[in-house]
Amino acid sequence: MPGMVQSIERAAAMLRLLASSPGRLGIVEIARSLDLAKGTAHGILRTLQHVGFVEQDDGGKYQLGAALLHLGTSYLDVNELRSRSINWADPLAARSGEAVRIGTILEGKVLVVHHVFRPDDTLQTLDVGALLPLHASALGKVLLAYDATTARAALQSLLEGYTRRTLTEPKDLARALLEVREAGWAMEIEELTIGEAGLAAPIRGYGGLVVGAIGISGPVERICDSKRRPHPKLVAHVREAARAVSRDLGATRR
Amino acid sequence: MTDRYVVSIDQGTTSTRCILFDHRGQLVSVVQMEHQQHYPRPGWVEHDAMEIWRNTLRLASGVFQQARITPDQIVGLGIANQRETTVLWDRRTGIPVGHAINWQDTRTDDLVRQLADAPAAKAIEQRCGLPLATYFSGPRIRWMLDNLPGLRERAERGDVLFGTMETWLIWNLTGGPSGGIHITDVTNASRTMLMDIHTLDWHPELLAFFDIPSQILPEIRSNAEVYGRATIGFPSVRIAAALGDQQAALFGQTCFTPGEAKCTYGTGSFLLLNTGTELVRSTHGLISTVGYKIDNEPPVYSLEGSIAITGSLVQWFRDQLGLIATAPEIETLARTVDDNGGCYIVPAFSGLFAPHWRSEARGVIVGLTSYITKGHLARAVLEATGWQTREVVDAMNADSGLDLTTLKVDGGMTADNLLMQFIADVLDVPVVRPMAAETVSLGAAYAAGLATSYWSDLDALRQNWHRAAQWLPAMNPAVRAEEYENWQRAVEHTFNWIKPH
Repeated sequence: MPGMVQSIERAAAMLRLLASSPGRLGIVEIARSLDLAKGTAHGILRTLQHVGFVEQDDGGKYQLGAALLHLGTSYLDVNELRSRSINWADPLAARSGEAVRIGTILEGKVLVVHHVFRPDDTLQTLDVGALLPLHASALGKVLLAYDATTARAALQSLLEGYTRRTLTEPKDLARALLEVREAGWAMEIEELTIGEAGLAAPIRGYGGLVVGAIGISGPVERICDSKRRPHPKLVAHVREAARAVSRDLGATRR
Repeated sequence: MTDRYVVSIDQGTTSTRCILFDHRGQLVSVVQMEHQQHYPRPGWVEHDAMEIWRNTLRLASGVFQQARITPDQIVGLGIANQRETTVLWDRRTGIPVGHAINWQDTRTDDLVRQLADAPAAKAIEQRCGLPLATYFSGPRIRWMLDNLPGLRERAERGDVLFGTMETWLIWNLTGGPSGGIHITDVTNASRTMLMDIHTLDWHPELLAFFDIPSQILPEIRSNAEVYGRATIGFPSVRIAAALGDQQAALFGQTCFTPGEAKCTYGTGSFLLLNTGTELVRSTHGLISTVGYKIDNEPPVYSLEGSIAITGSLVQWFRDQLGLIATAPEIETLARTVDDNGGCYIVPAFSGLFAPHWRSEARGVIVGLTSYITKGHLARAVLEATGWQTREVVDAMNADSGLDLTTLKVDGGMTADNLLMQFIADVLDVPVVRPMAAETVSLGAAYAAGLATSYWSDLDALRQNWHRAAQWLPAMNPAVRAEEYENWQRAVEHTFNWIKPH
């Protein structure tokens, strides 16, 4: 068994202390209760405050934060995700020349929460609210790669085939997800629609938690080179946009 | 070859932002700092101009750091600013005589009522193109001169300078007390009530009416020309554009042809229609204003419909009622129900702007029954923005004799799909969002880029405009008509709430 991380133990103790206290607690009370130096307690409380688990009132006293109450439900509201990423989705569409979508997981599918048209001013329809298959889209593969529970469920269910290239074998999908985690981005070439391809990368929030995926999609001949490999420049654009959104959401650079 | 960029400062109501744009007009880097809102009394809203200036300097170093570039990679700097916010400062020390009075501030209420009774009032409105209202900066200057001890004397001696926020920033960026350039631009000047809307010069009759000494006024310049070079913050960078934020958005949306209109959805919302080189006078409660003027070219005018409270109603819902944690969650909450349940919110928090101009109106929530949930209230909050847009578009169609065929939208609220669909539904025209939600900053960058030949002409800018999203009307006409009637009845309930004293 690897060694315990002391500061996490202390943080957990603080949360228990705040939860069991009828009123709010000051820094001195917390430090005394846990027999910690005031500076140590302050550092931990500031970190807990940063992730929303603890809140401070106007008088400087601490209580449990609203984020704790939502732990069981979705961590980031989808409309908030759109609002926070809109400024970086536009440049991605402009630079790549392709349509951009942002997705999150909803009941075993990819929910499209934001869509930017391909910048050629042709007639296109907004498909915010549409659902895409997790295993047959680049967005979905990213989301699966970083969500063990949903991935397990997906690997145990029947993987529907959309084209002859769709990954319908669990072992193929599992290998693809491993590759996504290694590369930090995902691709999908004619696995959902003949002639279409997509690239996607993870959007991360505090602590690196993946809260969504951003990606582009378009005709295979524009997304890939003649050897059916994605253009490195497009991959770079997608990853750069994902990093920019993540930075705004508070993820540390990696 | 090193990449070159244009940079813009968007000095807004709640924050100042510094954005770097590339040749495609796309964001490269954004840094932002909020500043404090001061509410010393009901109806008073103030900003600390020094805080805003300090923030601007920090943002300047921040943007260089974030983008890893040096000042010589910047071809020009453009400024877009919250309009009508008024600051007076000492020419020798650079210290403001007090807090800047914000555009939402209504302290000039009594003063404006008095002025409106003067026999010359009609001729004044005619000359400056604006209705006498607390909204504009002229009355605020007068208020400061009347109420701050000794100020009028200092102003008449020539020791005091007036500016809106672009004037304040340009003066400071170019050296402040040691040689700072004291200028404004035609769009900001057109919101003072002191400028002749035809000649684009300060007019003695207007200055006399408001009793404001001409010594304090900046020189009026076009929106796109090199004014000078920054000496601090952006060392040696050419300052090449200044526009009021809404005119900047009109420019950023490339509404260069008469008949093109945009609406920016922020704290308030502002619909501007390009009316070409002809000034159109409104008979339906809109404002005649300068759209933009490029260097020595003739000015392009616009009609403006200003709505005081749109995004700030969502903020109120978040901060004062606490029904949501973040502004975007209003959409999540609104989607928990299918309609407004018969409830309407008219946010006449400090009176109503266009097309009503009723400063005595105050907000109402009507149609409350025990059936109403917070979801219905969230719907009513979003719908208020839709209906207020509809009122302004109706006025614009009536004034211009044209029917709006498409509405170009921008601003933070365009991330709200439910709202954008509702606006398309109630206007019965397509609503289009360009591939650049930050059109205010982009407009300032475009003007600066034109003045410094980063972009060749307006056509080059037009080619940067792409449709990012579009919402098509899908509301049953009978429902639309009935809901609009309900809204209008709700609006009537706001009138005459504040009694004259």
